Amino acid sequence: MWDYSEKVKEHFYNPKNAGALAEANATGDVGSISCGDALRLTLKVDPPTEIILDAGFQTFGCGSAIASSSALTEMVKGMTLDQALQITNQDIADYLDGLPPEKMHCSVMGREALRAAIADYRGEVLEDDHEEGALVCKCFAIDEVMVRDTVKANNLSSVEDVTNYTKAGGGCSSCHEKIESILTEMMAERGEVFVPAPVKGKQKKVVPVKPKEEPAPAKVAAQAPAAPAAAAPAPGKLTTVQRIRRIEMVLEAIRPNLQRDHGDVELVDVDGKNVYVKLSGACTGCQLASSTLGGIQQRLMEDLGEFVKVVPVSANAPVTIAGM
Amino acid sequence: MSDIYLDNNATTKVDPAVVEAMLPFFTEQFGNPSSLHNFGNRVGAALKKARQSVQTLLGAEHDSEIIFTSCGTESDSTAILSALKAQPERKEIITTTVEHPAILTLCDQLATEGYTVHKLEVDNRGRLDLDVYKSLLSDNVAIVSVMWANNETGTLFPVLEMAQLADEAGILFHTDAVQIVGKLPIDLKSASIHMLSLSGHKLHAPKGVGVLYLKRGTRFRPLLRGGHQERGRRAGTENSASIVALGKAAELALQHMEHENTVVKALRDKLQAGILASVPNAFVTGDPDNRLPNTLNIAFEYIEGEAILLLLNKAGIAASSGSACTSGSLEPSHVMRAMGIPYTAAHGTVRFSLSRYTTEDEIDRVIVAVPPIVAQLRKLSPYWSDNGPVAEPEKAFAPVYA
Repeated sequence: MWDYSEKVKEHFYNPKNAGALAEANATGDVGSISCGDALRLTLKVDPPTEIILDAGFQTFGCGSAIASSSALTEMVKGMTLDQALQITNQDIADYLDGLPPEKMHCSVMGREALRAAIADYRGEVLEDDHEEGALVCKCFAIDEVMVRDTVKANNLSSVEDVTNYTKAGGGCSSCHEKIESILTEMMAERGEVFVPAPVKGKQKKVVPVKPKEEPAPAKVAAQAPAAPAAAAPAPGKLTTVQRIRRIEMVLEAIRPNLQRDHGDVELVDVDGKNVYVKLSGACTGCQLASSTLGGIQQRLMEDLGEFVKVVPVSANAPVTIAGM
Repeated sequence: MSDIYLDNNATTKVDPAVVEAMLPFFTEQFGNPSSLHNFGNRVGAALKKARQSVQTLLGAEHDSEIIFTSCGTESDSTAILSALKAQPERKEIITTTVEHPAILTLCDQLATEGYTVHKLEVDNRGRLDLDVYKSLLSDNVAIVSVMWANNETGTLFPVLEMAQLADEAGILFHTDAVQIVGKLPIDLKSASIHMLSLSGHKLHAPKGVGVLYLKRGTRFRPLLRGGHQERGRRAGTENSASIVALGKAAELALQHMEHENTVVKALRDKLQAGILASVPNAFVTGDPDNRLPNTLNIAFEYIEGEAILLLLNKAGIAASSGSACTSGSLEPSHVMRAMGIPYTAAHGTVRFSLSRYTTEDEIDRVIVAVPPIVAQLRKLSPYWSDNGPVAEPEKAFAPVYA
């Protein structure tokens, strides 16, 4: 079944703060009974300081919904309401040492309950912008509503576009059929016809090689863009400074995607074909970090038109770049 | 204490006698049954024997009506796609809303390719309306595909009667019988069923082997073309070890048929009575008077199935649930929704499925373990107060984005 962390199991088997608070002065009811997850969060807030003195939860839901609720109540106790509002669903997931992608919505539910309870305390009306659809991309936990909204807002017309805008389909690629069918349907609505990308395989990068003349693979790769990719710059002509700038530009283009998930990347050094980067924020320890690095490497290779290797550098360790 | 396995509708333990029968076919009996030499010949003879055992279990008239496949899903796809290919002028399919995904997902796909799919609805006990069925039978229908027994509730459909109606109307009839084969007697030679799917691992054979029964004279178009295996109806070198295993499992299933319908059934009934006696707000789903002898599906109101399963698992009890969370989907089981079970109960359905290995001691332990687990989760539920559901539960707790 699910690959739950020990922390999730601990909070599920022995939930903290279960039950409704008798002296609650803030209540947030959120969730969806059709999806099978719903949560009532009760808070006891000290009026002069707005500090949350106590928290309790009641949850109709699965193991990770109960664990997320329990974690949330532990996290908010002692916080002011303004501090509590800063909690993101990623914070809840992090507190639990991560959640499976299908279960991230449980942490979202926790955050929504907190917002609802605080709005209830302050007598505000909660603007509910929450919408949730069936999971399309399991690698990056992107649901159908997100894909549809993005396709609609940006008039997207290819799987590649969808991946670039939402990340959906950027991992194992097994959801491409689903993305194609969403595109087919939505493009039909706006009077267009979905045309799938031609099967291109790896031709773009593979250049016929005469083994006798060019035995070294690195050189082969370096020659690649000369053939079909006319727009790409000839890598041989880049100076070291130009090349590093280009690498930086690519990383800058990728960063917003990572930052959206509370992660980040920065360039540490470049040495020959090795590009040393530092992942930070949510990217550290993320199970998908290697897939993220693979994506960065792919983008760099496409842009530079040469083979490079992206090497992660840990946050604390001093960077010793040997000649290697 | 060893763990208790009550998830036999998902898959079963391979019978040790079955393992013993199949093992030589990995080592000394490794020949290709199509080969002329002795290595192949002996395997060919073993496959023939296995085919006859399956024939006997199904009560089929000829052993050539048995086509070995890789699984129940392959058999289902082969049956439906064959009927469409053999009768290109017929563009309609009749099935039900509660089929296994092996049928439903395929039919949904076919619906996008221009076919009309009629899904027969069920009532609150999972029963079909045969008048509606009769009204749909026409010359436009290529195939009717109706499961014999439901995998979640065990509810039986009147497949024999439905097959006869289809046959009389000149329509092919297929049944997904993976849950019933080996549990209830079947006699296909006297039935009007044209095609039937079964799966080895549901009856104590290994995973990766299935059967499509194809009544002699039924028009057929293979899914896999290639070599002449299975008389050209399913190309690909035979999975000989697993086929031999399935033959042995079929023999054993016949021997245990009576046990299944007496001892196993009595244990299932004891489990049902034991749980219902001590857990309030719980009910049996499906049609309790007309179901498989090994299956019990109970809805525990106001709690969620995955949470129940996790706690059962911690107590060493394996079962399954129709909740959305166990499958990663956004909706609870389509079978529960088709029967109109409310969300607050559908998410809390738990299926206990027994086998001939289930003991009375195990059932007694489950009867003791379940009530405190349900109580523990209800204590957390916003729908529950101290000793029962809150008054007007749907109003007392109405979350924001329901």
